[in-house]
Amino acid sequence: MLKIENLNVHYGGIHALRGVNMHIEQGKIISLIGANGAGKSTTLRSIMGLVPKSDGKVIYKGEDITTTPTIKIVKGGISLTPEGRKVFPDLTVKENLLLGAYLRKNKAEIQKDLEWVYELFPRLLEREWQIAATLSGGEQQMLAVGRSLMSRPQLLMMDEPSLGLAPIIVKGIFDIIKQINEAGVSVLLIEQNAKAALEISDYAYVLETGTVVLEGPGKELITNDEVKKAYLGA
Amino acid sequence: MDFIRDNLPYILAGISVGGQYALIAIGYTMVYGILRLINFAHGDMFMIAGLMGVYAVTWMPLYLAIPFVIIFTVVLGFLIERAAYRPLRNAPRMSVMISAIGVSYLLQNLALYVTGGLTKTYPTIPWISSTITVFGATTKVVTVITPILTIALVVLLMILIHKTKIGMAMRAVSRDFETSRLMGIQIDSVISMTFIIGSFLAAVGSILYFSNYTGVMPTAGAMPGLKAFVAAVFGGIGSIPGAVIGAFIIGICENIIKGMGLTTFSDAFTFAFLIIILIVRPSGLFGEKNIDKV
Repeated sequence: MLKIENLNVHYGGIHALRGVNMHIEQGKIISLIGANGAGKSTTLRSIMGLVPKSDGKVIYKGEDITTTPTIKIVKGGISLTPEGRKVFPDLTVKENLLLGAYLRKNKAEIQKDLEWVYELFPRLLEREWQIAATLSGGEQQMLAVGRSLMSRPQLLMMDEPSLGLAPIIVKGIFDIIKQINEAGVSVLLIEQNAKAALEISDYAYVLETGTVVLEGPGKELITNDEVKKAYLGA
Repeated sequence: MDFIRDNLPYILAGISVGGQYALIAIGYTMVYGILRLINFAHGDMFMIAGLMGVYAVTWMPLYLAIPFVIIFTVVLGFLIERAAYRPLRNAPRMSVMISAIGVSYLLQNLALYVTGGLTKTYPTIPWISSTITVFGATTKVVTVITPILTIALVVLLMILIHKTKIGMAMRAVSRDFETSRLMGIQIDSVISMTFIIGSFLAAVGSILYFSNYTGVMPTAGAMPGLKAFVAAVFGGIGSIPGAVIGAFIIGICENIIKGMGLTTFSDAFTFAFLIIILIVRPSGLFGEKNIDKV
């Protein structure tokens, strides 16, 4: 579905990505793990066209989207839930969700997806008219994920959805990710919480200083000694 | 009550000029809200709109001249953003500000070239230039319709911003460019829209203002522009209701001071007021506490 070939990104003099190769298969959950500064967020941001690529190719459904503007990528069905939630603080919960559907025209379909998001996150329905700034961290994360879903993505990329959340909420978020995936959405997940991510992933990539150093099915990587030592604290 | 009765003509004039400042101030505050840019050229846009009003009536009948002036100003505002601000979108904010100062001088000098430095007299628009008597005070019709028109336009603007999709996008972009882009919002068109609205209101403001103060010269935009800017800062730059309330307060205070026989000091008052606001409440009446983008 999405193929990344030899992706290189330079960031203010730093060679942040040094030839990343990845393949995201349709309908799967793929995770991307690695330490701080390994280039995980940069990978996602450059796929979305937010960061200019210095070399390499991004192929989405057989089409080269390397230099496609962000708006067209969103229209094409890729959505990024940015790191740190980035909800619009002075807009209401409902407005935030509707912004997720900004490019869509069909009101009935939007309403249907809105109901689906409220079904996934009943808390958001309770707070529909509240200003997003008044939500707790966990609720804001739900809102950020829900907002991404409102564009009805075929590929949902999530940048550290569990960051700064209480363990019980993290578990809820991972359950939701599985549910979203079961609804037919492919997921590319960035996580510091490597264990939880690997457990739900079909396939995973380990990124270190801008290159993929290890890849394999999630279940295999969990038992891999190097991964254990570096990311699972065992 | 006696104070109000004695000063009624001044209060009326103050409300009127306040409404005109408000229409200019909205342009400052909206552009600041989205781009964090103080658009120094905005007052000069207002002057160009006035000048265009002078010339347009010699080219076409009045009922065409008024819409022509408005459309011309809107197109000019749109083009200025395209040419002078958009190429600097990723440049440091200071560069954009210097570009704005450049546009301001460009417009002034263009006006100087076209008019030869002579003060042009704004055409008399029938009905709004005629006099009426309100509660025993004689004034022009424009004095009475300015606040009404201003409030009506502000209400429409608030509906646009809070109830429509483009309004929602404007509020999103004013908060966070990158996340807005992830929603599929075209940042550039939202910014263009902001300049279009600001220029439209400045054009309407110019028709009302110059019907009252009929001399149009190349620097005619400087004073009202500056006062509208003070109003926007007073209200909390970035806030539309703040700018409107600030503009009315400044307009009324200024005219009451004139009424007390201190005309010479009325401008000094406005700027002294600005200094006091900046000291006491830097973020203004309704301003965000944290001006810089996070």
